[in-house]
Amino acid sequence: MVLSGPAHQALQLKNISFAASVNPSDPVPSPVRPPALSGPDIELVNALRRGDTAAFGRIVDEWSPTMLRVARYYVRSDASAEDVVQEAWVAALKGLQGFEGRSSLRTWALRIVANIARTLAIKEGRSSSLADPGPGGPAVARQRFQGPGEPHPGSWREAPAPWPSLPESQVLASEAYEVVREAVGTLPEAQRTVITLRDLDGLSSEEVCDVLGITAGHQRVLLHRARATVRTRVEPYFAARSRS
Amino acid sequence: MRLWRRRRISTPGLTCNEVVELVTDYLEGCLDAPTRARFETHISLCDGCSEYIEQLAKTRALVGALHEEHLSEPARHRLMSAFHDWREQGP
Repeated sequence: MVLSGPAHQALQLKNISFAASVNPSDPVPSPVRPPALSGPDIELVNALRRGDTAAFGRIVDEWSPTMLRVARYYVRSDASAEDVVQEAWVAALKGLQGFEGRSSLRTWALRIVANIARTLAIKEGRSSSLADPGPGGPAVARQRFQGPGEPHPGSWREAPAPWPSLPESQVLASEAYEVVREAVGTLPEAQRTVITLRDLDGLSSEEVCDVLGITAGHQRVLLHRARATVRTRVEPYFAARSRS
Repeated sequence: MRLWRRRRISTPGLTCNEVVELVTDYLEGCLDAPTRARFETHISLCDGCSEYIEQLAKTRALVGALHEEHLSEPARHRLMSAFHDWREQGP
């Protein structure tokens, strides 16, 4: 991939302005001494401040997929998202001395990604799809439940059939995996971002709200619709399996 | 700082189609106590709804197994160089 645009400039490292990319709660003064830290990130932050290449490589590998997803939520293309992530890493390094540990280092880094991505999205003229939760229907099709004239309105007509459990070793090879991948890939962007940050990256709801700047209620709506849609898409696969 | 709006359902018992809409709120821990009690009573008695919740758990596990999209190798390489530059320059 030929790198151009913001990341290329950012990697020059000299004049990058990251005033807009750092959350006000973690200001980046130029302290003579870095703020004292506590908590689980202390070793990591100290290793990075010492210039520990292995520690940096490890978090680049671990966190970049999540950072790419956050960036992709705002910007137009995968290439732009990669530019954003590179720029964010550089900004994070420059801001590291000022990191105060008010959030986890990962959340702090993700906020930098989101801020840079938002700025780029504005330049790209891309209005964020944040506010749009995507189409919302019932979690389960209405015809699966008994109607008003039936003996038990609102109850299942037929209970959902148990899904066979899938050993972890077989997940990747299974068609279910492909079905899920496609289902997640075709979700509206806001839903896709939230379900992957929660269920793939393991962020807490508070972290998702913090990074994306959405309310807890909105986050829950997105997550609910996304999980319900993916379940509905996988259901026929398991139904066919349990019949065969 | 959990000032989430609590969902309140007026019916004394919950029906299955109400339960499936409350699952996320339940799992996120933001049902009010009476609704949570009704929710738990319902699923303890309803095989269909407990299976639905089981299916959602399996769905989440499948999502959790999805391949991660990593940075391209050239991008990673540039970042490692940037780290070396940063280290050389000092903070």
